[in-house]
Amino acid sequence: MPRNRVTAVLGSSVPRPRPQPFPSRNRSTLRRRVILGVLVLLSLVLITLSFRSGSGGPVHSVKGAGATVLRPFEVAAERVARPFRDVYGYFASLVHVKRENSRLKQQVNELRQKELLGQSALEQNREFRKQLKFVDSPRFPADYAPVNTRIISWATEFEQQVAIAAGSDSGIKQDTPIVTNYGLVGRVTDLTGSSAQVTLLTDENSAVPARDQTTGAIGLVRHGQGENSLLLDFVRKESNVQEGDVIVTAGTRSKQYPSLFPGGIAIGVVTSVGQSDTALYKQIQIDPYVDFSALDAVTALITHKRTPKSP
Amino acid sequence: MPADAAKTAGLLFLVVVVQLSVMANVDILGGHPNLLLVTLVCVSLLRGAVFGAVAGFCVGLLADTGVFGTLGFTALLLTLAGYWTGRYGETTGRDRAHAPLLSIAVITVLYQISALVLRYMLGEPAPASHILAALAPTVLLNLILTVPVYALTRRLLRPREWVTREVRLLG
Repeated sequence: MPRNRVTAVLGSSVPRPRPQPFPSRNRSTLRRRVILGVLVLLSLVLITLSFRSGSGGPVHSVKGAGATVLRPFEVAAERVARPFRDVYGYFASLVHVKRENSRLKQQVNELRQKELLGQSALEQNREFRKQLKFVDSPRFPADYAPVNTRIISWATEFEQQVAIAAGSDSGIKQDTPIVTNYGLVGRVTDLTGSSAQVTLLTDENSAVPARDQTTGAIGLVRHGQGENSLLLDFVRKESNVQEGDVIVTAGTRSKQYPSLFPGGIAIGVVTSVGQSDTALYKQIQIDPYVDFSALDAVTALITHKRTPKSP
Repeated sequence: MPADAAKTAGLLFLVVVVQLSVMANVDILGGHPNLLLVTLVCVSLLRGAVFGAVAGFCVGLLADTGVFGTLGFTALLLTLAGYWTGRYGETTGRDRAHAPLLSIAVITVLYQISALVLRYMLGEPAPASHILAALAPTVLLNLILTVPVYALTRRLLRPREWVTREVRLLG
């Protein structure tokens, strides 16, 4: 008879073999609780250090090391998942394709006319600047070198932040503006040599000086109530902002407070304008050009031209 | 035990990468599936409280570094999630068929609410209405993920009670 067989006899008091318990059951309750306590304490210490050290110190180095280890795997996973995401996106977009097609055709005609007017105004502007020997802050896109990169990870639903696959080794710095072909995405808020964290425009901590391209009204673009919605705040009631106006970055307006973003980057289009008797400013909703939930490739704008600062 | 730890480490590393690169951007009916939490709960159910807590801490730390998040934030939440699920697996949830689904539903709700409260306490943006609105679809998506993930985890980490015995009647 094989040794591992257990023989039972009816009516006899052969004990049933006991199942192998969990290892932690063998340990004392005290030991188990000590382990939990140590881990919780360690987490709290790390949270505290993380908050206190800011963007430097040993905690930042640990983060950088972790991000560097994960980066190649994240890039690989993203590449594997991209075709599937594209297929999903293709079928999802089919739902609205007909309506969107006619809207876009109309938009193309309008933009053609605007482009012709814009080209002649641009030429004129260039000529005037030359004549005036005008000294300007860095201008978009002429004074910026693009670093094209890919999103490698998304933060949780709590945070409007993403990680990109390029860092300080590619010339990216803290506060470097990030854009796509459609418009402004956000700015770099943390970085390592090979990757960087980008805080999106839709984050609660983001604020961008912006202007209405039609009326020149200045305001501050901040996150809106819903997902992927923005507000143009601090626009005076006298200004004549209309639905459909295009909002772009204002650039540096004051030497004392230089903007992190160059002027003229598209942000979105005004969808509603409201005002109340008690409020000091207009309530302007913006539909951003960038779809923040479907970001794929982005461009970091690197400039070597100095931003004007107060003397 | 070392073999279990190695297998779990490999599995959870892969899951962290997939969660950060792919799943974090998935939005279905407003819900965001959390493959990392689901896998950790399954591992904790099969391997107990201490194993779950340690795995949760390590994997949370890795996730925090991957998204440039507050170091220790996810680690704290996943440590507690791993520990409590492990205790449930060791005690009342043992041998219960519904244990994985029940654990996932409860832990997902607790995880989301705890994260919200913790963020609020740390003075970070805590969009309560958004998170609470997304809670039901997130629980549903996590429950859907539980079935294949638990089957895979169970295959990888065999339950400790599975000791093949043969009983022969004499007489």
